[in-house]
Amino acid sequence: MIVSVASGKGGTGKTSVAVNLAVSIDNVQLVDCDVEEPNAHLLLHSKISHNEPVYTLIPNLNEELCDHCGKCANFCQYNAIFVSSEKVLIFPELCHGCGGCILICPKKAITEGKHRIGALKRGYAGNLELIYGELEVGEPMAVPLIREVKKCIDISRNVILDSPPGTSCSLIETVRGSDFCILVTEPTPFGLHDLKITVQVLEEMAIPLGVVVNRAGIGDKKVYEYCKAKNIPILLEIPYQRRIAELYSEGVPFSLEMPEWKEKFQILFAEVRRCINK
Amino acid sequence: MRQITVLSGKGGTGKTTITASFAVLAKRAVVADCDVDAPDLHMLLHPEIIETQEFKSSKLAVIDEARCIKCGLCREKCKFNAITEKFTIDSFSCEGCGVCTIVCPTNAITLTKRVSGHAYISKTKYGFMSHAMLSPSEANSGKLVTLVRQNAKILSERGDCNFIIIDGPPGIGCPVIASVTGVDAGLVVTEPTVSGIHDLKRALQLLKYFNVRSFVCINTYDINKDNTEKIESFCKENDIDVIGKVPFNPVVTEAMVNGKTIIEYSPRSDVAKEIEGMWKKLSALILEGSSSCLPKKT
Repeated sequence: MIVSVASGKGGTGKTSVAVNLAVSIDNVQLVDCDVEEPNAHLLLHSKISHNEPVYTLIPNLNEELCDHCGKCANFCQYNAIFVSSEKVLIFPELCHGCGGCILICPKKAITEGKHRIGALKRGYAGNLELIYGELEVGEPMAVPLIREVKKCIDISRNVILDSPPGTSCSLIETVRGSDFCILVTEPTPFGLHDLKITVQVLEEMAIPLGVVVNRAGIGDKKVYEYCKAKNIPILLEIPYQRRIAELYSEGVPFSLEMPEWKEKFQILFAEVRRCINK
Repeated sequence: MRQITVLSGKGGTGKTTITASFAVLAKRAVVADCDVDAPDLHMLLHPEIIETQEFKSSKLAVIDEARCIKCGLCREKCKFNAITEKFTIDSFSCEGCGVCTIVCPTNAITLTKRVSGHAYISKTKYGFMSHAMLSPSEANSGKLVTLVRQNAKILSERGDCNFIIIDGPPGIGCPVIASVTGVDAGLVVTEPTVSGIHDLKRALQLLKYFNVRSFVCINTYDINKDNTEKIESFCKENDIDVIGKVPFNPVVTEAMVNGKTIIEYSPRSDVAKEIEGMWKKLSALILEGSSSCLPKKT
């Protein structure tokens, strides 16, 4: 079973919910897909046993064969190749790795090369398996790394995916194939605005969803009114409490220090299961 | 004209609250919301849209059913698994590369442009605003950010402005890179949490990589003073100015609920005063430092 945790707006508490849920139930694989800023490992202090580089496919040019015809540059939708009569420039950061230039080159001057975009890390914190990707600073494309990270998913386990913020390609790549998506929001105008966009995306993708309201008590009631009108279940409310905020700031999952929350996350998970089987 | 990008790495640290306040405090500035997939700045600045532009950048493959012989070559060559078993295009996966169009033996596939968002040129009480909205689930946010910045530049010339203040998206990927390249300063807003510190370091690395002068603001600094000290000593070691320390105050959320910046809603609050001081220092430092004096990237 795959459950993703997403939000739209950043900093609403995705990682906090994903990690607290993960430490409250059994047989978990926690997959942190926020490869730009992975944070789950900071809360879990897991021992990393596995660290491998991740590459994307980029063109590798054999200049002796190239006659500068420019067909590759003309074909490339991402402007990753520039060809002039004297030289050919390849921009690995712009390349999506589609392989089109290799197919189109009449001289067979281009072959598959590779470009390091980040690392894939795996480890355990007790029985909990943590998998995450770390994008190299300066690399723009997160999606290929998210794809690699997701290849490690073992669906026989309770898989929890921690999504990056936003509502574009990185979010799509993360939540695709999930059985359920938990949307974490805060009861503020910003939280609601970004929640609405994310709900729209998930509805288009036909992924069932529920909401966790974090920092409940701040802001206003409009998130609740919206969920009620849209018939979206509110799975859990986490109040704005100094103790919870302090534990988070220190990097400690609060359900480990406040055992009543462990039970609440177990109930949340049972509710998610019920929604999936409905 | 000088450009400042407010960024954070980690989301929800207060970028938009600070950018909106700067927009109110700056006398002659264009404000640009470069968080194009979850923009929030308009909820505080209430722009009136003057002009809307269609953003057509990404492409989508389309299969002509009548010509398709279901040979499967396109499925085999597509690196993005965007062609379904029924030989339709999964628009969520298609990156518009065009490989399928060249391998198809019956020329059944073409690339079409799709509208993947809109850019807006607007006016607020405080000056011009450039912003955009990426259609939900679309890609290419980096290119839309570039369009927002181009529009901001045109507006700054039209309005004779001395600043462009940019609200950046979270993370360090393509839209963030598009938001920081070529700016005069990056202000990283962080919070004194373990995640905040981790993400701050990566955001600072990114600014260094693109040779952008860096400043740091610690938001809600008083929720964990030990971590605030850690951030300050890290910045000191790396010769980075901590330009402001904003205290925690529920009035910030109250202002947001009322659709106002903290400067308008509660000008005498400790938060408003700190942000005001920060803007004074930051704008003076950026104006005095000529951008051409910065070391060039090697």
